[in-house]
Amino acid sequence: MSYSVIVKEDCATCQLVVPVIKQLEEDDELAIYSQDNVQFPTGVSVIDDTQLEYSWRRRIETVPTLIKFDDNGEELARVVGWEKSEWQALTGKPLEFDLPDFRPGCGSKSVDPGMPEKLAARFDRDKLQSRELTISTEEDDMEACFDRGWSDGLPVVPPTAERVMRMLTGTNRSPDEIVGVVPPNLVPCTIEKIAINAVLAGCKPEYLPVVIASVEAALQDEFCMHGLLATTYYSGPLVIVNGPLSRAIGMNSKGNALGQGNRANATIGRALQLVIRNIGGGKPGGVDRSVFGNPGKYTYCFAEDETNSCWESLAVEKGFSETTSTVTLFAADGMQGIVDQKSRDPESLSRSFAAALRVVGHPKMILASDVILVVSPEHERVYRQAGWTKQDVKNCLNKLLTIDGSELVAGAGGIAEGIPEKLGGKQLPKFREGGLNIVRAGGSAGMFSAIIAGWGASGTIGSVPVTREIK
Amino acid sequence: MTILMDPTSERAPENRQPLPRPADLEGKTVGLLDISKPKGNIFIDRLEDLLVQKGLATKRYIKPTFTRVAPIELSQQIATECDVVIESLAD
Repeated sequence: MSYSVIVKEDCATCQLVVPVIKQLEEDDELAIYSQDNVQFPTGVSVIDDTQLEYSWRRRIETVPTLIKFDDNGEELARVVGWEKSEWQALTGKPLEFDLPDFRPGCGSKSVDPGMPEKLAARFDRDKLQSRELTISTEEDDMEACFDRGWSDGLPVVPPTAERVMRMLTGTNRSPDEIVGVVPPNLVPCTIEKIAINAVLAGCKPEYLPVVIASVEAALQDEFCMHGLLATTYYSGPLVIVNGPLSRAIGMNSKGNALGQGNRANATIGRALQLVIRNIGGGKPGGVDRSVFGNPGKYTYCFAEDETNSCWESLAVEKGFSETTSTVTLFAADGMQGIVDQKSRDPESLSRSFAAALRVVGHPKMILASDVILVVSPEHERVYRQAGWTKQDVKNCLNKLLTIDGSELVAGAGGIAEGIPEKLGGKQLPKFREGGLNIVRAGGSAGMFSAIIAGWGASGTIGSVPVTREIK
Repeated sequence: MTILMDPTSERAPENRQPLPRPADLEGKTVGLLDISKPKGNIFIDRLEDLLVQKGLATKRYIKPTFTRVAPIELSQQIATECDVVIESLAD
């Protein structure tokens, strides 16, 4: 039987139990570890744990902690702080000292703020497999990240081992787990590499599960990330987050939801882009052949506003429960506004929406892009007051967007662009079945909504939106 | 010194690589930068003769002094006007 005790001088309870420690050291095999002063306690043999390796490996949270081991060195039990009866029970000794029965311990130095990730980087370093790159003292760390091509053009957070370790506290998944293969270079993607890119992007550890789910969704075959990257079209991946986690991590689903200023919105979408760039090797001018790109290719991520909505959320429509958190990936262009400040009945507002949706891609382009219609609360109110479900709105819009082929054929209206002449006699839908999606987001004041058009290649010939649970 | 974790696929060498060199000079404009070291101009003159004989376009530039890095305006001018640059060092 043997014991170890972990103490620090800067702890009144550790000071209090010095006589007990000295008796145990005389009677038994006791290893005394001091976190802050190897001269404490005096008069006994003290092991230096000022580097906190022992405290870290034993997951010490409080000092003093007394640990009992069997003959094979396996931990049998531990007590924390000073509670006389517990120490007596653990040691089997009366411990007759003139001490109070109970004193709480103090925080272990190994759990001081910022310390766990420092210790993880120092002592759990073998959990990380990535190559270490040495940046010389002459180099500026931020500039070094630019120079190595890791940036989308904006500054990135230098990914030190400590930051990566801290990021990995956001997930229980093993750093070496492979979540998929990233195009265009078809590189196996580990949780660790995602975490490094989440550091670059500026994520908090609590965002990491959303980033991982976004990467997993983007790497599903039906999302067609390779084609989306390579296309000359405008599109890039958009992440829509649903469920309680979007609120827990403080995502913005309200005013300026599609804009700047919210760390979670900004960095989750950016982390996905950096994964494609850095792990997959997908860069503008390389495999990314977009004519314009769009501002969302820096980052494109927002949450649906589910609070007090009269509609079921996008995730619920996709078959998930309200209590499940999900990401939905959509191959998205930039945003176009729909201003309608006068409609007070759903038929009028729907006609406005349909007129604006008609021009997605080109007024004559049909069955090409999918679309996300982002309806603001003031526009949603019009439907709420009329008792229209989301499906009612979709049915109405799809009906209004069934177009006479004669308007769409090449040459009609003096415009060479258009569909083949033989389709001229048909009634044709603007969007493929299921291609029209509706979410609710945006500020509480303003009768504006937004169209996020999709890649011109949708469905089986291009990209299908993918929804995935965040775990 | 800072140690950073590599965010990439690690398929590129660890050290930063020079920018890719062109396979040949066909159709390229070659900048010739005299850094103002003595006799650097003689070296540049000879190089220019050889390049012109090959039918290449050249442009000449001079740094105000070899003791300092080139002014940013000069670097930008060369980058805008040329595909490659040859810098002379002589004494």
